[in-house]
Amino acid sequence: MRYLPLTQDDRQSMLDKIGVRHVDDLFGDVPKAELNPGIDLPRHKSEMEVERHLSRLAGKNIAAGSVPFFVGAGAYKHHVPSSVDHLIQRGEFLTAYTPYQPEIAQGTLQYIFEFQTQVAQLTGMDVANASMYDGSTATAEAVMMARRVTRKKRAVIAGSLHPHYRAVVETTTQFTDDEIVCLDAEPADPAAELQAAIEGIDDATSCVVVQNPGVAGHVLDLRPLAEAAHAKKALLIVVVTEVMSLGLVMSPGEMGADIVVGEGQSIGNGLNFGGPYVGLFATNQKYVRQMPGRLCGETVDADGNRGFVLTLSTREQHIRREKATSNICTNSSLCSLAFTIHMTLLGEKGLRDVAKVNHKRAQELKAAVSAIEGVEVLNDAFFNELTVRLPGDATAIAETLAANGILAGVPMARLAPNAGMDDLLIMAATETVTEGDIDALAAALREAVK
Amino acid sequence: MLKFSEDHEWMLVEDGVATVGITDHAQNALGDIVFVEVPEVGADFAKGDDAAVVESVKAASEVYAPLTGTITAVNEDLEGEPGKVNSSPMDDGWFFKMTVADASELEGLMDEAGYNEFVAGLE
Repeated sequence: MRYLPLTQDDRQSMLDKIGVRHVDDLFGDVPKAELNPGIDLPRHKSEMEVERHLSRLAGKNIAAGSVPFFVGAGAYKHHVPSSVDHLIQRGEFLTAYTPYQPEIAQGTLQYIFEFQTQVAQLTGMDVANASMYDGSTATAEAVMMARRVTRKKRAVIAGSLHPHYRAVVETTTQFTDDEIVCLDAEPADPAAELQAAIEGIDDATSCVVVQNPGVAGHVLDLRPLAEAAHAKKALLIVVVTEVMSLGLVMSPGEMGADIVVGEGQSIGNGLNFGGPYVGLFATNQKYVRQMPGRLCGETVDADGNRGFVLTLSTREQHIRREKATSNICTNSSLCSLAFTIHMTLLGEKGLRDVAKVNHKRAQELKAAVSAIEGVEVLNDAFFNELTVRLPGDATAIAETLAANGILAGVPMARLAPNAGMDDLLIMAATETVTEGDIDALAAALREAVK
Repeated sequence: MLKFSEDHEWMLVEDGVATVGITDHAQNALGDIVFVEVPEVGADFAKGDDAAVVESVKAASEVYAPLTGTITAVNEDLEGEPGKVNSSPMDDGWFFKMTVADASELEGLMDEAGYNEFVAGLE
C-alpha cells in the first residue's frame, strides 16, 4: 500500500475552495527567475573520492583539543567525562525530543525534574524549566516574560551582554511590543557599565538585562542593580553564559535576580561547532505562570507512588494557542540530559573544585600575559575569562598565533565590529588548559606584539 | 440588579458599579479551579475584551468584560484561594468590580430566570 496523505481529489477540493486552479498559482508572487533556479553542482563522486575530499577539507581546521586553546566568549571547552556520552546513548534516553506523550516516559520526566532542580539550585532561584534552545533565545524569552509580568515594555540591555545575545533579543522582539534600549559596552570600565545600567532604569522599564560574568569577563556584584530595578518595579534578568562560574560566583538569585537565563553547554556538552546547546531558564515561584517552556513536576499516582508529570501546561501553546506565554513548546532534551548526568557526576563539591581550577588557570593566564610589554589585562574581578588590550589589531594578532598553532581567543571586534574595540582580545582558560599551554601562548604572543 | 451573560458571567449592579464573577454552571463545567488572574485596578475595558483568566485542572479560559467600564476593585483573595470560585461562585468567588460606562449595555443581558432557561437549553 502506498501511503499518500493527500489524494488528488483532496487537493482539488481544497484548491476549488480557495478559488485557485493549480498549486503553482499559489507561488505566483515569486519571480520566475527565483523559482527553482539552476544549481551548479559538480557531478557525483564515489564514496572513496568523497571521503578523501572531505578529509582534506577537515584537515584545514585546527581542532580545539589539539592545540593550546583559549577561545571562549559564550562557548567553553571543558572536560566532559566519557561516561556522559555512554549514558546519554542508552536506548531508554536517546532522543533529542521533548516528551509529547509525557507520562508514559517516567524516566525522561525524572531526569528533566532533576535537571530543573539542578538549574534552580545553581542559579539560586525557586523554579527552572525543562530547558530552552540556547542561552540567547532564553534571554529573548526572559525579556518578553518581563513585559508580561510588569505590563511595561522598555527593556534595558546592559553593555556587558554578549553582542550575539543582544542581536537575538532584537530579532526576536522586532514584531512584539517590546522596546529594546541597548547601552554602550565599556569593557575597560565595568563599574561605569553597571552604573549606566542603574541609571538607565526608569518607571517605564520592564527589565534590565545584565550578563555575569560579562562578555569581557568581569564579575560584578549585582545587588545595587537589583535594588535599582526593584525600586522602579522592573525585573532584574541575569544572563550567565559560563555556567561553570556558578561553582564559585555568588548565585544571581542571592543577588536579587528575578529571572536567570544561561547557556548550559559548559556542563556535559562539547563545543559542537556552536550547537546544539541547552538554554537555562529559572525564575521565582510568583512568576511561574508567566514562564515560557515546559515544566516537569513531581506527584504521586493513585497508589501513592512517586511519579512525574508535565505541569502548568496551560501556559503552553498546545492548550492556550495564541495566548500562550511563548511559542516554545519544546526543550533541548538530549543536551539537558548530558548536563544532568555530568552535574550529577560532579556533585556540589566536584563543581566547586572544577570551578576553582578554572579560576586558578585564568589567574596564571593573567600573570603570564600581563608580564608581556604592551599587553594590558582589563579585569580585576573575573572567573575564567579575561579581556586584554593588545598593542595592535587583535584580529591580526590572533590570526598570527593561529598560524603558529595557538588559538589565543576571540577578538572583541568579531563580536562587536566597528565599535572601536579592535585592540581587544577575549581569552578564556578552563581546566583543560595546561601550564605548557600558557607558556606556549605567552611566548607566541610576546613574539607577535614585538 | 443581577444580570447574566451568555458567556456564563454574572454581574451585580449597584450604584453604577458592577461586581462580576462566573456562574455556578460555569464553575461546575470547568471543574477544580487552580488559578485566577484578575485585571489591574484602573484598567479600561470595552464590552467583550479579555479581562481575566480562569484556569482549572481541565482548561484555561478567558473571562470577558461583560460591560464597558473601568476596573475599580479586584478580588485579591483568589490569588491564594482560587477554589473560592468553586465553593462560592456567586459570592466570595467574585472576580472584579467595574464601572458601568453605558447602562444601555445592561438591556441585552439576561435576568436569573432567563439565564436558568438558557442553561437548561444547553443541556
